[in-house]
Formats: sequence, C-alpha cells, structure tokens
Amino acid sequence: MTTTIEQASTHPRAESMAFARAALGRIGRYVFLGFVIVFFALPVLWLVTAPFDRAPALRLSFPSFTLRNFETLLDNPYALRSLGNSLIISLGTMALVLILAALASYALSRVRIPGRDTLLYMLLLLSSIVTGTAAMVPTFVLITELRLIDTHLAVVLVMAGGLLPAAIFILKDFMDNTPKSYEESARVYGASPLQILRHVVVPIARPGLATIAVWSVVQVWGNFLVPFILLRSPENFPAAVIMFTFYTEGGQPNLALISAFSLLFSIPVVLLYLFVSRRYGFRFYGGIKS
Amino acid sequence: MPTTSPTELQPQGPTSPGGPLRRRGTADDAAGLGRSRASAFVAPALVMIGIFLVFPALWTLYLGVTNWRLTGAAAADPEFVGLDNYLDALTDDRFLNSLYLTVIFVFFSAIAGQMVIGFTIAWVLRLSSKRIRPAVEMLVLIAWILPASVIAWLWLALLDRRSGTLNTILGTEGTAWLLEYPMQSIIAFNIFNGTAFSMLLFGAALASIPPSQLETARMVGAGTWATLRDVVFPNIRGHVLTVMLLVTLWTFNVFTPFLLTAGGPNQQTEILPVFIYRLALQAGELGKGAAFSLIMILINLVIALVYLRVLRERRT
Amino acid sequence: MRTFRSRALAAAVLAPLLVVTACGDDDEAPADEGADDQEEPDDGEDEPAEAATLTISKNSIRGGKSTEEAEFIEDWIIPEFESRMAEEGVDVTVNFEGSGADDEDYKTALALDLSTGAGADVFAIDGIWVGEFAEAGYIQPLNQIYDGVDDWDGWSQINEAVQQNMSFNGERYGIPGGTDGRVIYFNKELFAQAGLPEDWQPTSWEELLDAGRALAELDGVIPIQLNAGTPMGEATTMQGVLPMLAGAGARIWEEDSGWQGASEPVQQVLDLYYTIYVEEGLGDPLLQQEAAGRDNSFLQFSEGQIGMLLEGDYLWRSVISPDSDLAPMENRDEVIGWAKIPAIEPGAGVDGQDFVSMSGGGGTVLNPNTEHPELAWELLTFMESEEALLERHAEQPRITARDDVNAQLIDDPLISYIAEEVLPITFYRPGFETYPQVSVALQEATAAAADGTTAADAAADYQATLEGIVGADNVAN
Repeated sequence: MTTTIEQASTHPRAESMAFARAALGRIGRYVFLGFVIVFFALPVLWLVTAPFDRAPALRLSFPSFTLRNFETLLDNPYALRSLGNSLIISLGTMALVLILAALASYALSRVRIPGRDTLLYMLLLLSSIVTGTAAMVPTFVLITELRLIDTHLAVVLVMAGGLLPAAIFILKDFMDNTPKSYEESARVYGASPLQILRHVVVPIARPGLATIAVWSVVQVWGNFLVPFILLRSPENFPAAVIMFTFYTEGGQPNLALISAFSLLFSIPVVLLYLFVSRRYGFRFYGGIKS
Repeated sequence: MPTTSPTELQPQGPTSPGGPLRRRGTADDAAGLGRSRASAFVAPALVMIGIFLVFPALWTLYLGVTNWRLTGAAAADPEFVGLDNYLDALTDDRFLNSLYLTVIFVFFSAIAGQMVIGFTIAWVLRLSSKRIRPAVEMLVLIAWILPASVIAWLWLALLDRRSGTLNTILGTEGTAWLLEYPMQSIIAFNIFNGTAFSMLLFGAALASIPPSQLETARMVGAGTWATLRDVVFPNIRGHVLTVMLLVTLWTFNVFTPFLLTAGGPNQQTEILPVFIYRLALQAGELGKGAAFSLIMILINLVIALVYLRVLRERRT
Repeated sequence: MRTFRSRALAAAVLAPLLVVTACGDDDEAPADEGADDQEEPDDGEDEPAEAATLTISKNSIRGGKSTEEAEFIEDWIIPEFESRMAEEGVDVTVNFEGSGADDEDYKTALALDLSTGAGADVFAIDGIWVGEFAEAGYIQPLNQIYDGVDDWDGWSQINEAVQQNMSFNGERYGIPGGTDGRVIYFNKELFAQAGLPEDWQPTSWEELLDAGRALAELDGVIPIQLNAGTPMGEATTMQGVLPMLAGAGARIWEEDSGWQGASEPVQQVLDLYYTIYVEEGLGDPLLQQEAAGRDNSFLQFSEGQIGMLLEGDYLWRSVISPDSDLAPMENRDEVIGWAKIPAIEPGAGVDGQDFVSMSGGGGTVLNPNTEHPELAWELLTFMESEEALLERHAEQPRITARDDVNAQLIDDPLISYIAEEVLPITFYRPGFETYPQVSVALQEATAAAADGTTAADAAADYQATLEGIVGADNVAN
C-alpha cells in the first residue's frame, strides 16, 4: 500500500517522514479503535454476566454460575408471553411500515407528484415527533373512539403512523439509487407497475427494505409509552411494559428478574440484526443524499 | 498542495440520481406509473400518517390554548386560555432552563459526539481488516438496537455509585456519576446509544467518494487532514448536512435519558422531552404540555429550515 | 374532554384504513374474547339472567410489583366471589386487570380511561388522588352510584379519621384499604456504641440532633437519614417534610387560612434539613438524590450503616422483616428500636401535641360508569369484608381499615405500637387536586436545602412555586 507514496516522494527525508507519519497514524488508529471497543463493549458486559449471577447486583463480577434467575423468570406468568406480544406488535408494525413505505417511496422516487418536495420535508419534520408525549392523550382518545383500546392492532397502527415518515424518507433515497433500466425492460414485456415493484424493484432495494425492517422493529421493540397507554390487560403487554413491573413492593428493582429478562429481551433484536446483516447487508448504502 | 477536486462542482456522479429537490419532471417514471397511480401508491401511507400522527398533533395544537388537565376541575371543564400557555413558557425558568440543557445536550451528544465519533469510526474502519471491521460495527450497532430499558440498566450498572463497573475500573469508589456529573453521564449515554446511525451513514458516504480522487490525494502525498479537507468533505458535504439534521432532530426529541436520571438531580438533566413528559403525563398539565410541545416542534422546524437554506446555498 | 370531534373524523377515515391495514396485521383482537363469553348459551338454567362481567384494576401484577395482592385477588377473591354469586343464581365473571407500573403511570392510565368513560368497575386509587379525581368527575360519591351504600355494616368498623382518607367534601368516595403511621427507627447497637439509651425517645428536635451528633463520632455511620428531594417522591413529603412541619406546629393546609407558604414553621423544617445535610453533615445528601436512594437507605439501615431513619410501618413489616427479600434482618426484633417523632419543642406541635406522625393509604372505589352498580358494590364490599381481610393479611399483619380485623390480626409489637400510640397523634394529607403539585414543590425545597441553599431562600422559592400552583390568594400569610 505504500508504493504510491514511495513513488511520489523521492527525497529520503520526506520518505522517512511519511513513514513516521504512517506509523503514527496506524498507532492512532488502533488507540482510537481500542477506545471505541471499550466504550461500546464495557456497558454490555453486565448483560452477559448478571443474568447468570446468583445474586445479581449493579456491578460486574464473575458470576457464581446459576440458571436460577431464568427459572424465576419462567415462573412469572407474563414474562414469556410478553415477548410473544412484542413479536406480534413489532412484526405487525414492520410489515405495515414496509409495505406502505415501499409503495409510497417508490412512487415518490419515480413520479413527480405536485407538492412532492414540500411533502417530503414535512414527512422529515414529522418523523421527529414520533414520541411526542403531549400527543399521547389525543392518540388515546382517538384509539378509544376507534374501539381499539387494549388491542395490539392499536399499538401497531399508532407506531406505524409514527415511523412511516422517516421510513419513507430513507427508503426514497434507496429507490432513487436503484437503476431504472430493469423497470423499463419489464415494462416493455407488459408488466404492471405493481408487478414491477414486486418483482423488479423490491429485489434490488432489498438491503434498504431490510434496513428499514430492522429499524422499525427496534423502534417498536423498546417502546414503553405507546403500549402502556393503549393496552390494559397484562396478557397483552409487550416486554417493554412488563419489564417495568419487575419491582418489589417498595419499588426496589428485582435484579434477578430484570437481568435475566434483559438478556431474553435483547436476543431477538440482535438475532434479527445478525440475520439481516448477513443476508442483505445492513447498510444505508446509496444512503441518504441531498 | 493537493488538488481541489474538479468534481466538487457536480456533487454526484452520473449514476446517482440525486436528492428530493433536484429532480424535475417525470423523466424517471420508468415503470410507467403516471401521476394518478403514483398518488394511489402514496395515499395509504399518507392516510396512516394523517390519522395516527398528524391528527393527534393538530389536536395537541388545540389543547395548547386550553388549561386542560388530566385530573381535577380543569379536566371536567377545560377553559380557553388563548396564548397564556405560550407566554408562560417564555417566562418559565424551568422551561428556559430545560431548553438551554437541551441545546447543550444536542450539541455535545449529537454533533460533537455521535457525528464526530461516528465519522471517525467510519473513516478508520474504511482501511481496517475484514475481521476488525464487522466486529467493531456490530458492537456499535448493538448499542443502538438493544431496547432502551435494557440499555438504561446497563448504564445504571456501569455508573452505580457503590459497586459500578466504572468506579471499580477507575478506582474512584463512591463517585456518584449520575449525581455529580449528570449531564456528562447522559451525554455519554446518548453517544453510546446513537452513534451507530452516524457511523452507517458516513460509511455509506465515504464509499461513494470516487476512489480515483483519494488515490490522487495519496499520490501527491497529502496528509490525513489535507485529504479530509480537500477531497472527502467536499464530496460528502450533503451527507454531513443530512446526518446533522436527522441526528439533531432525533436527539432533540430523545426521551431515553429519563430512564437514567429521571431529569434529576434537581432538574439538571431535564431536557425538553423529559420536561414535557413530566409536565403533561406525570403532573397532568395537558394544556401546558401541549403548548410546550408545539414550541419544541417549532424549534425543530427552524432547524430543518436552516438546513434547507444551507443546502440550497451550496447548490447555487 | 369532548370527543365528538374525533368521532366524526374517525368514522370518515376508519373504513378505508381498515382495508389498507388488513394485509399488514396478523393481530387477533383480544376484545373478541369478551364478546364470545357473553354469547355463550345458558346451561339450561331456569333464570335467563344475563352474564355480567366485572373488572378489578389495581397497580399490582402477578410475579411483579405487589404480587401478593394480585395473587390474592386472582386466586381467592375472584373464585370465591364468582362461586358465591353463582349460588345466589347470579352469573358473574370477574376479571383482574393488573398493572404493576410506576404509580404515576398507573394514575395516568386510570385518568385516561376514566376521561373517556371507560375503565374498570372497581379500582384502587391513592387517598391523595381522591380530590383531583372527584373534581374531574372521574369518581362520584359511592351513594350516588348505588343506593344501598350507606347501609353497609362495614362502615361502623372503620374509624372516622381513616374514612376521611377516601372522602372528599364530606362524601365517601371509596372504602379505605388500610392505613399506616410513621416513627423514627433506630439501631440499638449503634446507639449503645454511641452511649445512647436503648429506650431512646427524643422530646425535641435538639435531642434528635444530639443523638445524631453522638452517632457522628462512630466510623462509617450515617447518623440521620431524613428523606429529601424529588427522586424519593411522596416518601420525602410523608417521611420528611410533613411530619416535621406538624412538629413545628403547622398543617400544610388549614381550613381557615389556606396553604403554608414561606411561613416560620416551613423555614424551621427547611432549616432542619440544612442543619442535618449541610451545616453538620449528619446525613448523606447524595443518597437522597439517587434514583434508588430510598431502597439504598433501607439497605444501609439494615446493614447497620444508618443510625436513625424516619419511616412508616412498611419498613418494619416488608423491608427488614426476616423473611423479606429486600433488606432482611435476621435480628430485627433485637436490634431495631423505634420512637415517636417529637415536636420541635414539647407542646409545639399542631394542636399543642408533643409528638406527631403522618398517615396515608389508598382505597378502592367504584367506576361511576359501571354497568352493574349493585354487583360492583357487592364485589367491593366482599373485597373489604372481615373475612377477606383476615384471609389476605393472615401471614403478614398490617393495619387494615377495619377495627374488627385489626383486633384479631395484630400481634406484632411495632404494628400494635403504631395502632395504639401513633394513630391517635397522626395527621392526614389534604385531599385536594392541587396537593400532588404542592408535594412536589415541598420536595424541591428540601432538595435545595439539602444541597446548601439557606432555609430562607429555599422557602422563598417554594412560596413562589406554591403561588403558581394554588394562586397567591390561597397561601396563608
């Protein structure tokens, strides 16, 4: 890799300086990477030690290994069910967001509908108020009027409504970056726009769709407020809500339950990410451009 | 000194179709959608957004001019109070303080933190080996995909006063990080939580720089800074602005630090989303909460407009 | 809040929406289950009585927060009630809607439900929420919901003062679930080391501080932990400000003058905080600010690192009891002593009292919109019956609302002490809708004082906040 530098710098002093600089640069790189690794790995260690600790506390320790915390968790009637609920809600939201965002972003990318630019920037602005707490009350009343209180559908609809603007915005840039020649040929062979979208565009935009899929699942998976406000029966609570019930009477967190549950709660999203990242590549490539 | 890239003036190569504002006409309509069908494609999403996002938001607008509360007499019979809530905000020390804290929080955690670190990671990883790169990326991404409540516990364990990991490692036993350095703690926390997004976007941006330009810079012996300044930044300025906008807006609205400090101690970490949450839902002051939310949205709007302005100036 | 706005809009947009979303959602609407139940045919019984469904809601959940309460309702109350009603020929299904969230979040969810006319038929609320819920029209006097309420024989078993806790403007809104009292707990071993008597009972704040000064001589011991700051929430108000304020001779709200502003008693209380946490360093000010500070104070107290702790009977029966999983103390009965909270000087407390305390507690109310008021009342009285309370508290005695139950249940020295010695000198919080906000203002004032703000400055800030909450006219001069 140094050949170009050698060619360019014929002067011996310049050569050694370039060498020193390269060496320094490399050291700096490793120091930086080391720092990054420590910063991002250190907090996560607790997640892999505490669940197996006999007496989990807010510290890092080599656990005296036990699976008892998980047994306690299995005794909890809502723990596992809540993970199932989280799955239903987040996959439902994901499906809705993906389908609607793909349709919309494709159309916005290919056709200049009047007011498109204003619309896109309105969407971008809206994407930042997903979690608006003040709007929670109107949202609640709306869902009540739709008679959807205590249904997963309510959470799916509200979450999807909140996530769609950002999803469309990000996906549109993916769509912009997919080549159009295939669509043209498909059209020549008489395919309908919906068929073209399904069989030509979606396969090409798959990494983008996969990224949006992971992104929306992640957003829903950890959300406490929306399901808490809209659901009533503990049987319907997702994991994010159930996690906040692992307290004893005095409000003392039950670390045995919390640590074990944290691990179970985290595994699905990590697996999903790994799967998507292997299969499609987790990239905003093509990325958001301006 | 190294060349100024001639391609700087045409930001994207011929293969990239460009951003939302540039394209004119329907020349790209390769699949023959047509306006009406395209509108039909967009409609379902807009209906969803309209009902479940815009409609509650507009309602919030109306709430903002009432004294509605969640409980008490004002819940049964809310009164129209005009702009009182908004005027209150301008004189409310707690609101102004919260706004100030939010600016600090956004600047240090989003711009100086997530963006700079995210870019540096992307820049360094660009040259890293096939084994290091996915490993580091995965670590950073895990910090982003883990559920907020889990991450909050991880950081509570890290920063715990008695036996927290950080105190054990640094030998600073008894340091109550969340109380003595509350703002610094939530800034670090938010950098941990959100850097992944910047890293990914900058990674994509760096990949879009024509390799020939980097090659040229290397051939003339340009140092890292010179390369960044003369080749990289001119190429990705659009990305930088977009990342900055998204990350700023998201950080402005981030609520997760509440799980760490609950806005305390003594409101030292009461950033706007936390303040509004406490005001609207915990204290039940829905009218005021709605008004303050609107102010927050307006600030977001201003940020977005400034961004658009800068973007447009760059083009002309 | 009026909702017609949304109705029209919702109707207009709902139809196309459902078509659009049908493909994207694999969700079974759980609401259908309830509908199925109602359609079930009668099993050939003579009476065509329609099956009624009642719902109970409390902030407890099996396997989580207050699991015993949730288990008791699901495993005993519901089956017993259903079978007894079945014997009388009434077909009723009772559901339990547990929550287990933060109390504030539970309250938000309740208020949202009630504001739309929904919500459980029978639900639990804290005594201090009664005023704000009543003012909002979310709850109504019990005898307006069902006629036969005043005839219940249980009322005669519930002390008038305890009933006040679930009353508002002289009307009963719910049946109180029990009460409590606060004392100063102290560690006898530490006291012995500091040369203090085992049967210690301070008669003034100065004696309280003197004991703290003596304990300060010991290594690694926090002499006094007096709850302060907002992270402790209501614990700061109930185990800190209000008992001390009562000891300084003032109620937070007086019938004829209004709310206490930056009055002398308030300044005396804040000065006490300043003395303990700043001037003399007798308490750990950081502990008060930690998110889990109260729990950590329990833990440190049980480990002999805190000398004196002002707490309710909850500490004794649920936290440091030998079978607790929070901060169990095997030798609790030998090591822990307790004393009444003294007035600032003998006779200087409210009503000229020498000693004071504060009490609180929640209760259970009826939803004004219940479809089956009579059945709901039947269920509520069953839940608060002598039989049910004896069953519920047999293993872990506490002070229930009912005298007949207390007489049979309580054999614990501290619980008896509180029932006999403390309840007669105790005070309750005012059940006004603004109280929770005033409480927060008081917590903020203590946080400031414990952080080094002088009592006068902290009190002045508090007064300004208070005026913003209740209006300057309602602040006592």
